Amino acid sequence: MKKILILGAGTAGTIMANKLAGALPRDEWQITIVDRDETHHYQPGYLFIPFGIYTPGDIVKPRRDYLPRGIDVVISGLEIIEPDQNRVRLQNGRVLGYDFLIIATGAHPVPGQTEGLLGDEWQRSIFDFYTLEGAAALARRLKHWEGGRLVINIVEMPIKCPVAPLEFAFLADWFFTEQGIRKNVEIEYVTPLPGAFTKPKASALLGDFLDRKNIKLAADFSVGQVDQGGRKIVSWDNREIGYDLLITIPTNMGDEAIARSGFGDELNFVPTDKHTLRSKVKENIFVIGDATDLPASKAGSVAHFEADILFENLLDVIDGREPRAKFDGHANCFIESGFNKGLLIDFNYETEPLPGKFPLPGVGPFSLLEETKMNHYGKMMFRWVYWNLLLRGAKLPIEAEMTMAGKRR
Amino acid sequence: MAIRTIANKALDFDAEGFMTNFKDWDVEIAKTLAAEEGIATLTDRHLTVLNFMRREFETKGDGPSIRRLTKESGVPTKELYELFPGGPAKKAARIAGIKKPHGCI
Repeated sequence: MKKILILGAGTAGTIMANKLAGALPRDEWQITIVDRDETHHYQPGYLFIPFGIYTPGDIVKPRRDYLPRGIDVVISGLEIIEPDQNRVRLQNGRVLGYDFLIIATGAHPVPGQTEGLLGDEWQRSIFDFYTLEGAAALARRLKHWEGGRLVINIVEMPIKCPVAPLEFAFLADWFFTEQGIRKNVEIEYVTPLPGAFTKPKASALLGDFLDRKNIKLAADFSVGQVDQGGRKIVSWDNREIGYDLLITIPTNMGDEAIARSGFGDELNFVPTDKHTLRSKVKENIFVIGDATDLPASKAGSVAHFEADILFENLLDVIDGREPRAKFDGHANCFIESGFNKGLLIDFNYETEPLPGKFPLPGVGPFSLLEETKMNHYGKMMFRWVYWNLLLRGAKLPIEAEMTMAGKRR
Repeated sequence: MAIRTIANKALDFDAEGFMTNFKDWDVEIAKTLAAEEGIATLTDRHLTVLNFMRREFETKGDGPSIRRLTKESGVPTKELYELFPGGPAKKAARIAGIKKPHGCI
């Protein structure tokens, strides 16, 4: 029996398990997937929890319900990957050998990387919303908050879903308007980037949105420490911004086991070929999703498009050929803009988000870089698509490779 | 693309003011570029950072992030911001004669 080992049963790992189980003969291949716990979180749903739109029950399901039959599921943390021995040591003491390894260990927020972020005020006046616990605690806080200065701060890039902090700002504007207290709330968006977003055209457009919604933008601000007593964030070059409620997007890092294995970068992301998705560590190790060091967004759509490419390339390599499929950095993100409207952006390594119609050129139903109700419905519908189609590796009407059809320069 | 003459050398710069061939660089050029960035004197600490950035660029083809600079060059983040006010990764890259770091998306 030949062995494929998948580390991580999140979006990327689960899709890969489903695709491979459907393609490889069961009497020749043993597929094993490892994750630290039994529950799969629909991570795009975290954003809606603070505002009471989703409850935790809407976004948490048993992992095994979404994994194919006939594969081995192992629940354990990872101790270390040993590429020279083609094996992985788990924290439960087991050792798993492999012929091919897929690293899909993701990224997670690490608030301890910033001085003063954790401590007495954590989840009192300082919250994150990229974890279920953080989002749920914030929901309880916002329910009774009477107003003041709300500061949304990205500590450093890269982060998972780089549009979510903006969506949070837009939804906060909507939420406080609905609560009738918007006039008592000052919202400020504080980012280390030179503008609202990473790509010029989208950045300008989203910057206008912030303006229109009376959300202040502080750019080029790299936070060095949080002064919990003084309720202010302080940048490395000593600028200060005060808050009553701080929504932090902490430093994102890859799995600790990557660091222990000695091949991660300074944020524990795995050096990966940006086109083939083969690791630069060893030929039989591939990497997918947030765990890579690719210059692409860390987003579920990226993991999904990468899965199409990685699947083809793995089959090539299994057949003893060189991988032929090339990932182009394709990302596709709905941006919830509040008041039941949303935007959509579609881009890759080379092409920044452009206006147009999607996925059918000239028709839509979605509009790129434009605020519509239909985009909002797309975003809300996507949760169903995620659980029922995407995770199972089903074909969606969106190609892995970005297309220029329907886009305007 | 623009050719400029600095310290008696004709140098090629990209649209954002970064040198296109890092091998043309020397410390005299760095002094001029530093002055343009508002840094009057290049100290040994500046040069520690610049040399680290150049080594990194030579081996990896891209300038380091601030996090990597702090971890590998031995210069703490706070000091990096004092040495290169306003944006160490980008500013130091320009003075070090390497291309603009890709940074993150």
